Amino acid sequence: MPDALNITDESVAAAVEAALAALAAATDSASLRSARTEHTGESSVLARLGGMLRDVPNDQKAAAGKLVGQARGQVTQAFAAREAELFVAEETARLAAEAVDVTAVPSRRIPGARHPLTLLQETIGDVFIGMGWEIAEGPELENEWFNFDALNFDEDHPARAMQDTFFVDPLDSHLVLRTQTSPVQIRSLLTRELPLYVVSPGKVFRTDELDATHTPVFHQVEGIAIDKGLTMAHLRGTLEHFARIMFGAEAKIRLRPNYFPFTEPSAEMDVWQPGAKGGARWVEWGGCGMVNRNVLRAAGIDPDEYQGFAFGMGIERTLMFRNNLADMRDMVEGDVRFSQQFGMVV
Amino acid sequence: MRVPISWLREFVDVPLDATPEDVHAALVSVGFEEEDVHGFEVSGPIVVGQVLEFTPEPQSNGKTINWCQVDVGEAEPRGIVCGAHNFVTGDKVVVSLPGATLPGPFPISARKTYGHVSDGMIASARELGLGEEHDGILRLASLGLDPEVGADAISLLGLDDWAIEVNVTPDRGYAFSIRGIAREYAHATGAEFRDPALAPALRHAPASGFPVTIDDRSPVRGRTGASVFVTRVVRGIDAGSPSPAWLVARLKLAGIRSISVVVDITNYVMLELGQPTHGYDLDALSGGITVRRAAPGETLETLDGQRRTLHVEDLLIADDSGPIGLAGVMGGASTEIGATTVNVLVEAANFDPVSIARSARRHRLPSEASKRFERGVDPAIADAAAARVVELLESLTGGHADTLGSRWNVAVAAEPIELPDGYVEALVGADYSDDEIVAALTDIGATIERATGALSVAPPSWRPDLTDKATLVEEVARIVGYDRIPAVLPTAPPGRGLSRSQRLRRAAAQVLAANGLTEVLSYPFVTSATNDTFGSAVEGPVPAIRLLNPLDAESPFLRTSLLPGLIEVAHRNLSRGLTDLALYEIGSVFRPQAGESYGSGPLPSGIVRPSLTELGELFESIPPQPLHVAALFVGAAVVHQPGQPAVARGIADALDAARQLAASVDAALTIGQGSHHAMHPGRTAELFVANQAVGFAGELLPALADELDLPRVTAVLEVNLELLIEFSAREVVPVSISSFPAATQDLSLVVPVEVPAAQVLSAVVDGAGDLLEDARLVDDYRGSGVPAGSKSITLALRFRAPDRTLTAAEASDAKLAGAAIAAERFGATVRE
Repeated sequence: MPDALNITDESVAAAVEAALAALAAATDSASLRSARTEHTGESSVLARLGGMLRDVPNDQKAAAGKLVGQARGQVTQAFAAREAELFVAEETARLAAEAVDVTAVPSRRIPGARHPLTLLQETIGDVFIGMGWEIAEGPELENEWFNFDALNFDEDHPARAMQDTFFVDPLDSHLVLRTQTSPVQIRSLLTRELPLYVVSPGKVFRTDELDATHTPVFHQVEGIAIDKGLTMAHLRGTLEHFARIMFGAEAKIRLRPNYFPFTEPSAEMDVWQPGAKGGARWVEWGGCGMVNRNVLRAAGIDPDEYQGFAFGMGIERTLMFRNNLADMRDMVEGDVRFSQQFGMVV
Repeated sequence: MRVPISWLREFVDVPLDATPEDVHAALVSVGFEEEDVHGFEVSGPIVVGQVLEFTPEPQSNGKTINWCQVDVGEAEPRGIVCGAHNFVTGDKVVVSLPGATLPGPFPISARKTYGHVSDGMIASARELGLGEEHDGILRLASLGLDPEVGADAISLLGLDDWAIEVNVTPDRGYAFSIRGIAREYAHATGAEFRDPALAPALRHAPASGFPVTIDDRSPVRGRTGASVFVTRVVRGIDAGSPSPAWLVARLKLAGIRSISVVVDITNYVMLELGQPTHGYDLDALSGGITVRRAAPGETLETLDGQRRTLHVEDLLIADDSGPIGLAGVMGGASTEIGATTVNVLVEAANFDPVSIARSARRHRLPSEASKRFERGVDPAIADAAAARVVELLESLTGGHADTLGSRWNVAVAAEPIELPDGYVEALVGADYSDDEIVAALTDIGATIERATGALSVAPPSWRPDLTDKATLVEEVARIVGYDRIPAVLPTAPPGRGLSRSQRLRRAAAQVLAANGLTEVLSYPFVTSATNDTFGSAVEGPVPAIRLLNPLDAESPFLRTSLLPGLIEVAHRNLSRGLTDLALYEIGSVFRPQAGESYGSGPLPSGIVRPSLTELGELFESIPPQPLHVAALFVGAAVVHQPGQPAVARGIADALDAARQLAASVDAALTIGQGSHHAMHPGRTAELFVANQAVGFAGELLPALADELDLPRVTAVLEVNLELLIEFSAREVVPVSISSFPAATQDLSLVVPVEVPAAQVLSAVVDGAGDLLEDARLVDDYRGSGVPAGSKSITLALRFRAPDRTLTAAEASDAKLAGAAIAAERFGATVRE
């Protein structure tokens, strides 16, 4: 009997009971939402009871208001609690449904890799940058004067013969693919100020057929320091520092007499590689020496005022014995699996 | 240089228990790198046997074998099967008994063959490792030997000797001799050195015997071709005399084949003293000898049977008949010593290194003699060498030397070098006492006089490499030992770190790898066809540098683009089953400019700084070699995976890489429609930075990809990295970031289909003014609702003001202002 609705304990209790029953019957947030509209919305019994309060005589208003207000509060709170409960349950179910096999999530990008030879050149560059040196560069196609004459290679030196050097046609253009990174020494001596401390990593060329230990295109790093009072002791100190960073604190350098046109005295250097696979060992690493007085003269430097040292080593060779690689061909063929073994760090 | 140990011991004491490793270690310490160890690889029992009797037995295979009874010094002779026929009863031979091992290794055992049990083997010279002779067994009489039956043949033949091989650096010509190595061994160990060049006083004082004229009218680089020329005559030799076993064994260990006794003797003396010598058949000579340069067109038949056309710079030995030898390189055929030669003229000369080096190279005739002359032969040992040849000819061939020889000698001793006090320490950085310095230099044969504040050091005749004070420092340092040198880290002045370009190049390489590309390195050698394909956007020949001596005659050019190398690398990977590839390379390309010529004239001297003009010419003599970066993509960008279909690679990957690359070096990249004759006409972009073209990206022309055996869709990118970095130099002026709300609106514009979307976008940006913060292309629609020949470009626009919340009206006004510019430029209409 809707028309007979009055604010009584019974009518309020009935409305609350009906609301709570509807709430209990709701199994998901959608049915809960419609039950809430029905029992707390504008046309709900409790709302209508609330609306009647203005017609209640003044002396009963407080009691009636309290009765209805508490009822509405109880119902609203119950719905809110139930809503929160259902949300948690439903969100949990949704998250469960969204779960994936993380080992099978599609990858959007196959990882790439740097080439270990270029990484190693950067690593070596950083060692010397850390000592205050700078990195110098020069062209790969070079004038013979920089590659040979200025380096104290006599014009009849056997190394200038056809079997080692790639010559540009015509021969009398005096252009060659540089056979060493040493021409960068000369360019540096001619264009930079003294004192000079530079390293130059880069590509070099010799007419060797590709096999397990040779490649016609390979990389070297060369260093030169020219200052007042530099000696072979400084050369050894520099190489030992370099060796320790590359091969560990135990690394050391052994020098053996050798010959290079551009250094005098000259030495072959061996490095003691403490962490070598199969046990610590001496490995031939490169050549070095005190810059030949004629090389300084070619750059217009007085060899009695300035002197210094130079050294050079093969990057491929360094990578081979440092990382225990057996075959040069892997480094030059460009098989992506080779670079990918190293990734982004060498 | 190979050094038989028995030979070394003649001139220096080597401990009896020294191993090859010990000898190598000693020589390494004074600068001779170890190369190898050589031996005969034989082990006993190998004994002298005497053939008592033999029975030839024809076999069904057509061969005849000999069933021999051989006395090997035992109670009973042994029965041995032998296939050779070059012996007679009574010959003494070498018998390998069961248990012996011959080189191979070839173990000997008693074995059944041709119906007999062969109880050992009669060996040939080749089987013993003594030479190439294998036509028959080795008859000991042929080596001039008549030993006791049963004697140990290993020591008899010198097969227990061994040799070390060391690398001799080009400055140490004197070490291409037992004499030189013995001296160095003495330096290393302190043992006493006995100089063989001083040993026998000459029995015959050389005087003017055989007529010799030196007539060098065009010395090479101002140096006369011959500074010493000694001749001796030996008559009545038996050129067919056997080379004795010790001689053959030592030559063999030293790496030289025994040829005939006279040749063996000259080779032996060359190895012993380092002085090449030559023997002429005296009776084949006409008149005296003249040393001169070749005349134009002159020819010579050398000992190897080749007729060679001579060059006017070639130094010759000539007689009245013409050239009879290429001095210091190879003798001539006409005066060659043969089996019937009776009288011999012995030559020991000193020739100019440069002249000999050039002749040897010119005629591609590197010989043992030229190798030594090129590096410098001791000018003081010609007499001793000639005397040694004479001595051996007399003792081994029965000849007798004439009393008179002839000697021409204009060799000049080197000037003394001043070694200032303290210079050794100043260059080496270690302490040396005066006594040590004097002792070391004396040890190497120098003559020293004390001067004020310096030593005056006259280098020994065999050390032409000692030319300045630094070369003397090396001698002191190496004789004392490089271990003396301490390690001191020098302090460089503060550096500036990596240059901007170096930093950015590293960033570019790192970013491409981080974006899924793999760095590779390829060779720069290409064909002219590949250069023409990739070196220029338009068809036609591309200027390129050509090598004179390429490894592969097909690919003599230097690359003008990195793409040919990447394509080759891609092939290799594809052929190995690696189908999804994203490759990149950073490297130089060689770009001679059309119409320019490169190279320089005659080179300036290498020992003084060239003039500014000369330096300018040298610096400008090389063509531009910009650093490029290129990338190549084939296969899938995203591979097929659960719930993820494969995404094929294409132009989008190339452009993405271009954008990443530009971002890595902070360059503002713009992309325009491009064209390139090797590329897909509709899928090629030209790349610009600061309105400068820096490269291109897109897909290869499918027909070309096909021809190159690549997938039909092959995307590539090539950028001039140097230019990219150069033009990227922009100054960033950061603005403060507004935190007021944004207003976002979409704008659809209908434009003709040929108008690039990027231009529509840039028109809107230009028109919308400062309130527009971001504009992005979200759709390109063609079809129903849009007139034919037009397309609808939809842009998502984000507006924001720095100082207030924008109203929708303000944003709409700005948007329409943008649309107005697009209308003005392309007739764009707003599509509602």
